[in-house]
Amino acid sequence: MATITERLTVRKPRRRRAVESFDEMHVKPWTRFARHLIVIAIGAIMMYPLLWLLAASFKPDSDIFGSLSIWPSEWDFSHYTDAWTALEKPFQVFLLNSLLLAVLSIVGNLISCGMAAYAFSRLDFRGRKFMFALMLSTLMLPSQVLLVPQYVIFAQLGWLNTYLPLLVPTFLATNAFFIFLMVQFMRALPRELDDAARIDGCGSFGIFFRIIVPLCMPAFATTAIFTFIGSWNEFFGPLLYLTNQDLYTVPLALKQFMNTEGQSSWGQIFAMSVVSLAPVVGFFLAGQKYLINGIATTGLK
Amino acid sequence: MTVTGEARPRLEPPTVLPTERSRKRRRRRDLAGYIFLLPWFGGVLLTFVPFCISLYLAFTDYDLLTPPTFTGLDNITQMLNDTRLHNSLVVTFTYTFVSVPLSLAAALGVAVLLNRGMRGLPLYRSIFYLPSLLGGSVAIVMLWRAIFGADGIVNHVLGLFGVEAGSWIQNPDTAMGVLISLQVWTFGSPMVIFLAALRQVPQELYEAAAVDGARKWRRFVSITMPMISPVIFFNLVLSLIGALQTFTQGFVMSNGTGGPAGSTMFYNLYLYQQGFTNFNMGYASAMAWLLLLIIAAFTGINFFAQKYWVHYES
Repeated sequence: MATITERLTVRKPRRRRAVESFDEMHVKPWTRFARHLIVIAIGAIMMYPLLWLLAASFKPDSDIFGSLSIWPSEWDFSHYTDAWTALEKPFQVFLLNSLLLAVLSIVGNLISCGMAAYAFSRLDFRGRKFMFALMLSTLMLPSQVLLVPQYVIFAQLGWLNTYLPLLVPTFLATNAFFIFLMVQFMRALPRELDDAARIDGCGSFGIFFRIIVPLCMPAFATTAIFTFIGSWNEFFGPLLYLTNQDLYTVPLALKQFMNTEGQSSWGQIFAMSVVSLAPVVGFFLAGQKYLINGIATTGLK
Repeated sequence: MTVTGEARPRLEPPTVLPTERSRKRRRRRDLAGYIFLLPWFGGVLLTFVPFCISLYLAFTDYDLLTPPTFTGLDNITQMLNDTRLHNSLVVTFTYTFVSVPLSLAAALGVAVLLNRGMRGLPLYRSIFYLPSLLGGSVAIVMLWRAIFGADGIVNHVLGLFGVEAGSWIQNPDTAMGVLISLQVWTFGSPMVIFLAALRQVPQELYEAAAVDGARKWRRFVSITMPMISPVIFFNLVLSLIGALQTFTQGFVMSNGTGGPAGSTMFYNLYLYQQGFTNFNMGYASAMAWLLLLIIAAFTGINFFAQKYWVHYES
């Protein structure tokens, strides 16, 4: 909430933005310039590998490791076309597999974690405190402890080489991080809304669907984006449960390049790396507001 | 960022004897809560049952095909004598205790640099944050392999200064350093949390300190650090837990072998090999429980030590 003093500083004629920090008011122009320079330098170092990757995917093989340039001297699109069909299946199969998993994971997490968060944050029932503590304690539980028995159970259910071991947990609210994120968000909504809706005859379900869900869209967006990125990058689960190449996700397909082609076709690896990273970067650019608010409130990675 | 159990005091049931109607209402209220928790109850089942089975399997010999046979403490004695396991612990601890402080220091440093109402802050923040979303992906680990390979760009840059170096990946002494550099590259996510925390520090404190003659460094040590120490603590706990469970980086960097010479054999990678390459599932379960104990111990130490350095506003 903007205080009056902040608004006054905004209106200062020679400064277009609010002075947020005490130090900023007493800083000399050249110090400010130096600070920008340092930040830009660090940012450039961090971005360089990504830009180099993008450029290398367009460079002819002979040129890739020869130059540090992030602008190809000649544009060569053959890595993309060659790599697309280099594996047993064309690359769109893996992209669609990954997309299917990501979308269903988003649906699962939103429904199951949203319901659990609503119960924990706004409903009163016996055992709530204990269950909430239990939920938080699973945040610290390393998944390896459950790995072998879960694998055995899924195998006995005949779920190996299906997406079920990867999807069913998302529909069962097993990601405590997202429950916690939504609980934090839902708690901040005024209780009077529930009371008013109850007086107007709404039950718990009506309140959830008509009031909480519409107001929680930012938290849902954060969860959806994190779920997408997590599912898209997920390597261990698919490695464990999927051996049929038809079902491979993008990370497994990329790994396949390393196995089959060795070091000879870095250009192709880079091209498909770019393809695999592009959706994550796209989601990041589209949803960075939600991402940054999301991790600022929960510390989620 | 404290985890509060309750947003507001829970409505206590009336102390007078419950009437039939209030009891019914209460039951209906309980029921609504449980219905919304139904998926979560399924999840608890999917966690709790394997949790118990895993504890049992830790004391058995189990290869997935024949039923597990109880072997008492055999797995534990084997772990005490397993030099590859000891090596994987050394690798994992080295990685954790070097990369976590480095990336948290980078995160805090850049956050402080950015937290000055700087023009272009959102753009800078995005640039620093983006790598943390990509860092765990197979594509980026493969990119790091290329960058630090014998013919990679790191060696090209070094070549400009006349330094000759071989592959940083194939050399057991430097492979770990490559992985640590990848982890430090992803400092953006703790940085965003630090940025949010820095904004919460009341500016009056700095003004008052400046009036008292405190210089910049003094203000940082005496105001900024204590005020954001709960967030440093939070980041530290989370990063430690995450780093101890590293898998993908070691797996992709070494093609699943943990090489060269076991230098990237993370604990989780070794666990995976034991469980799903050699099908020593009992031993893998025992290893998982050791990891759980290690994580619990570190988290416990952190919570114990916090009273000496973490400052909570009462």
